[in-house]
Amino acid sequence: MMEWQPTASIETIKSRARLLAKLRAFFAEKDILEVQTPVLSHAGNTEPTIESFVTAQHENSAHTIQPSFLNTSPEFAMKRLLAAGCGSIYQTTPVFRQDEQGKKHNPEFTLLEWYHLDFDHHALMGEVNAFIRFVAEDFITLERSQFFSYQDAMVTFAGVDPFTASVAELSTASVKAGIDVVGLDNIDNDHTRDNWLDLLMSQVVEKNLPLNCPVFIYDYPVSQAALAKIRAGSPSVAERFELYINGIELANGFHELSDADEQAERFHQDQLKRKHSGQVGIPADYHLIAALKHGMPDCAGVAVGLDRLLMVLTGAEHINEVLTFPFDRA
Amino acid sequence: MATYSTNEFKNGLKLMIDGYPCNIIENELVKPGKGQAFNRVKLRNLKTGRVLEKTFKSGETVEGADVMDTDMQYLYTDGEAWYFMDPNTFEQVGADETAVGDNLKWLKEQDMCVVTLWNGVPIAITPPNFVVLEITETDPGLRGDTSGGGGKPATCNTGAVVRVPLFIEIGEMIKVDTRTGEYVGRDKG
Repeated sequence: MMEWQPTASIETIKSRARLLAKLRAFFAEKDILEVQTPVLSHAGNTEPTIESFVTAQHENSAHTIQPSFLNTSPEFAMKRLLAAGCGSIYQTTPVFRQDEQGKKHNPEFTLLEWYHLDFDHHALMGEVNAFIRFVAEDFITLERSQFFSYQDAMVTFAGVDPFTASVAELSTASVKAGIDVVGLDNIDNDHTRDNWLDLLMSQVVEKNLPLNCPVFIYDYPVSQAALAKIRAGSPSVAERFELYINGIELANGFHELSDADEQAERFHQDQLKRKHSGQVGIPADYHLIAALKHGMPDCAGVAVGLDRLLMVLTGAEHINEVLTFPFDRA
Repeated sequence: MATYSTNEFKNGLKLMIDGYPCNIIENELVKPGKGQAFNRVKLRNLKTGRVLEKTFKSGETVEGADVMDTDMQYLYTDGEAWYFMDPNTFEQVGADETAVGDNLKWLKEQDMCVVTLWNGVPIAITPPNFVVLEITETDPGLRGDTSGGGGKPATCNTGAVVRVPLFIEIGEMIKVDTRTGEYVGRDKG
């Protein structure tokens, strides 16, 4: 029989509507503007760990159009709006990432993305915390939120200092935690190092984080800056944060990089990494570079996985329980 | 043998891990929003039955295991090996004690079993879900007690010891569920 029915219960479909209504109330009260940006773009995401869906042209097309990309995030377009003078903005939008399917992944999922002018990542963590507590109050009781620097989280929960440990020591810490890993080598470079750190974060730290409360982790290694500003110091850190509840990664935020040259350089580094590991090159978003050259106001931004948030709010074990039609049925 | 990439991983896929044929029983993608993806995989070693957990960096490839489940008829044992025949090709294979393992006690001549072959060699035997066995030894039956309450141990012609109701007597045929080792009923056939 064709599995035509939704995988989410009617009750969960209603919970999503309730979450969206609360979310809009939160931003209306803060006077943050709701916006909408394109889902289909000529530029893609260069990040080596994310693969975009690319469109194909149909055979009888009258015009030659270049392959286009389904957004993996609305961040580039939203930053162009910031540069154009929109003020603080938010939107909820579907995003698409290939090869991501599992208990907590669906190739199409919904992001809540917002930017707050004149905020750094700490101020935005405070606002994200207020947001989570506001939308959660109708669903679940959360205990006091906890905040750890990336370094403290690694030391506390994985027993290793991410800034001073050698790759060999990171590997030993994984073995100690009972992780039997295939495919990571011990060559001491940034790339391998980040892989080991990602392994420890996703398999050891996440599992040991306190439960039933929002947990924020902030100030990441510079090699994992993505689009965050870097704060010089010893060690220098990326002004980036993540939010976890019950070990589920829910949000990623930055004190946003606004320097056009630095942004262009990070795109370039991404391309080199992609080439190095045999991945296809992706046209970088030069509209974003142009907008940053014009000038983007100082701000912090965050992306919240709404489906996962709904999982936490409804106690779902599998993402399919909160999606009407997961990719297999879409 | 074919190799498989982590994005082809799914339950039931048979892979060579540390020199042993293994079967994926659980596969979960673990991927930070910004970061390296991994597959957290639970596997059963098809030779030893042991369950192990491995984490693969996504994109890694692993050699497949040439493992096949074949329906075969149990023929006989010479004390060293247990011989099975493919009823279609009449091909015969001998399984050693490790492959037969605890299932020895359910093997009855002419029963159809599932023989797991790795590179053509039997590594595991799965008996039929239900087997009919003859009682060779048990305490005298209590006539009139058909309640089945209590029960007593009974030894069967294959050596299996099964808990049976008090009224069962030596020489009777009983049906046993090999997955639980439990008595199902008298065989009326």
